[in-house]
Amino acid sequence: MIEFTIWDILRNLLLAARWTVVLSLVSFLGGGIVGALLLFLRIGGNRLSTAFTKYYVEFFQGTPLLMQLFLAFFGLGLFGINVPAWLAAGIALILWTAAFLTEIWRGSVESVVRGQWEASASLGMGYVQQMRYVILPQALTVAIPPTVGFSVQVVKGTALTSIIGFVELSKAGTVVTNATFQPFTVYGLVALIYFALCWPLSKSSQILERKLNVAHRNH
Amino acid sequence: MTYAFSFSWLAEYYPVLLKGILITIELIVVGGLFGVALGTACAWARALGPAWLKPLVSAYVELIRNTPFLIQLFFIFFGLPSLGVRLTELEAANLAMVVNLGAYSCEIVRAGLQATPRGQFEAGASLAMSPIQTFRYIVLVPAFQRIWPALSSQVVIVMLGSAVVSQIAAEDLTFAANFIQSRSFRAFEAYFVTTAIYLALAILLRQVLAGIGAMIFPRRPAR
Amino acid sequence: MSLIEITDVRKSFGQTEVLKGIDLDVKPGEVIAVIGKSGSGKSTLLRCINGLETIDGGSISVAGAQLLPDEAHLKALRLKVGMIFQQFNLFPHLTAGGNVILSQTVVKKTPKREAEAMARKMLERVGLAEKFDAYPDELSGGQQQRVAIARALAMQPIALLCDEVTSALDPELVAEVLAVVRELAAEGMTLLMVTHEMKFARDVCSRVVFMHQGRVHEIGRPEEVFARPKTPELRQFLGVQ
Repeated sequence: MIEFTIWDILRNLLLAARWTVVLSLVSFLGGGIVGALLLFLRIGGNRLSTAFTKYYVEFFQGTPLLMQLFLAFFGLGLFGINVPAWLAAGIALILWTAAFLTEIWRGSVESVVRGQWEASASLGMGYVQQMRYVILPQALTVAIPPTVGFSVQVVKGTALTSIIGFVELSKAGTVVTNATFQPFTVYGLVALIYFALCWPLSKSSQILERKLNVAHRNH
Repeated sequence: MTYAFSFSWLAEYYPVLLKGILITIELIVVGGLFGVALGTACAWARALGPAWLKPLVSAYVELIRNTPFLIQLFFIFFGLPSLGVRLTELEAANLAMVVNLGAYSCEIVRAGLQATPRGQFEAGASLAMSPIQTFRYIVLVPAFQRIWPALSSQVVIVMLGSAVVSQIAAEDLTFAANFIQSRSFRAFEAYFVTTAIYLALAILLRQVLAGIGAMIFPRRPAR
Repeated sequence: MSLIEITDVRKSFGQTEVLKGIDLDVKPGEVIAVIGKSGSGKSTLLRCINGLETIDGGSISVAGAQLLPDEAHLKALRLKVGMIFQQFNLFPHLTAGGNVILSQTVVKKTPKREAEAMARKMLERVGLAEKFDAYPDELSGGQQQRVAIARALAMQPIALLCDEVTSALDPELVAEVLAVVRELAAEGMTLLMVTHEMKFARDVCSRVVFMHQGRVHEIGRPEEVFARPKTPELRQFLGVQ
C-alpha cells in the first residue's frame, strides 16, 4: 500500500479545486447574464413574460438543485446526445443562479421608492432613461451586497455537481478518501478549501452591506 | 427526439416514493425543530452570552455557512467514525441538518434580537426580571415574529438541500428516485416526478410555516 | 428616616462626567420633581437608582436595599422601586393584562389567578379596566403609558421613578397620564419624577430638585424654587428675569 502524506492529499485536492473555481465563475457570470434578461422580462415585459419569470423562479427556488442537475443530465440525454457532466453541471447551475439573482435584483429595483419614478417621469424621462439614470443607479447599491453574498451559494452549489460525475473539489475528496482511507483528514481539508474560497466572499458582502447602508442613510 | 415517455413504473414503485417522502419529512421536522433550537441558543450566546462562548459560536457559524452541506454530511458520516463516533445513515443525515440549520438560524435569530428596542430590556430589568427571564419572556417572541419569514425561507432551503443525504444512502426521496431509476431505467421520468414532489413539499412547507406563524403570533408584526 | 438615600453618586460616560456627586434623601410619601436642561444628568440619575446604569462612585439605597451590581442585589432593589419610561416600553406581544401579569408570575412567582386579579385591579386603578385584552398597538399613547404605570404598580413597589412620562405624548393625552400620577401622589406613593411639566410640579410635588451640569444646583419646596429662584441658572431655566 502506498503511503500518502498530507501534502499529497492537499495537492490533489487543490488541483481539483481549480475546477470548482472555474465552474463557479462560469455559473455566476452566466447566471448573471440570464438573470439580467429575466429581470427585464419581469419588470419591463408584458403579463406573459412576467408570469413566465415568476414560474421560472418558483421552480428553481422550490426544487432541490440536485434534482435540477439530474434533470439536466438525463433530460439532455433524451436528445440522444451523450451529455458530458460538465455541460449538464454548467447549464443547471447557470439557470439556478439566474433564478436567485433575478429575484435579488427585482427586490432591489422595487426598493427604489415610487417617488423616484414619479419625479423622473415628471421631468419628461422615458422608461429607458428613468431606468438608466435614476432607478438602476440607486438599485445597484442595494443589490451589490446580496449579489456578492449569493456567490457563496454558487461556490457551495458546485459541490453537488460531483454527484453527476463532474470532477471538482468534492469529487476529488471522495476519490482521495477511497485511496487513502483517511476520510476525517480529507473531508476536513476539503471543508477548509471551500471555507478559504467562500469566507472572503461572505466577509466582503458583509462589509459592503455596512458601507453601502451607511451611504444610503446620508441621502 | 424519438423518446417515448413512460410513467407506468409508478404503479410498481409508488411505495418506495412514499417511504422516501416520509423520510424527507422526518428529516425536516427533526432538523427544523432542533436546528432552530440550536440556532436560538447560539444567537443568545452571541448576543448576550458569556464572553468565552462568543468566539466559539462565531467559528461554528462561519465554518458551516461557508462550506457545502454535502461536505458537512460526508465529514459527519465518513469522518467522525475515526473519532469513534459511529452514526447510522439517518442519524448522520439528521445531525448534519441540525448542525447546518443551526448555523443559519443563529444569524437570522440574532438579527431579530438586535432589532429589539433597548427599552424592552430596560423594562424587563426595571420589573426585576433577570437577563434570562427578560430574554425568554420579553425579547424572544417579538424577535421571532420579526424574523419568521426569513426563518421559514431558510427551513425550506434546508429541506431542499436534504436531497443530498441520499449520497450517504439515507433513504430519503432522492434515494427513492435513484433506486427507481436504477431498476426501471426511466431516469428522466423518475427525477421529473420526484422534482414535482419536492416542489409540492416546498409549497406545503411554506404554507405550514405561515400557518404556524399565524398561530403563535396572532398580532401584526411588532413595530 | 429616609426611604431613598443617594450619597455622593458619580457617573461618567467615557470622558464626560454626567453626575458629579449627587446627594439626595427622599422621605416616604414625598413627591419630588427633578427639573433641568437636557444633558443636566436628571434622567441618568433616575436610571442609576434603578440600576439601569452602573454608578462609578457613591452609594444608593432604597429602604435598606443597597444598589450593588450583582443580580441578587439588583433584583431586591428593583422589587422596591418601579420605573416608568418615556417610551412606555410595553411588551408588544402581550395584551395590556398580559403586560401587567408577566413580571408578577415570573419574578414573584405569584399564582396565575392572583396575578390576574391584581392586573385587573391595577388596570382599573389607572382607568383602563376595559382594555385588559387590548394589545399595545391598539391603545393610544396615553393609554399605553397608563398600562405601563399599572404594570409597575402590580409589583407593589414602595417608590416609583418616572422618567419624563409625558414627553412622548401628544399634548391632548398628557392630562390623563398626569391625573393618574396625581392620584398616586395623593394616595401617599413615593415618587421621584423627571418632568418638564412645571405647573404639575408646582401643584403636586413636595420638593423640586433643579439639576445643572451634573449637580443638584437648587433644591426646595416648589413655592420657593419657582417663586424665588436663588441662582441665575435656575432663573434662566425658568425664564424669569
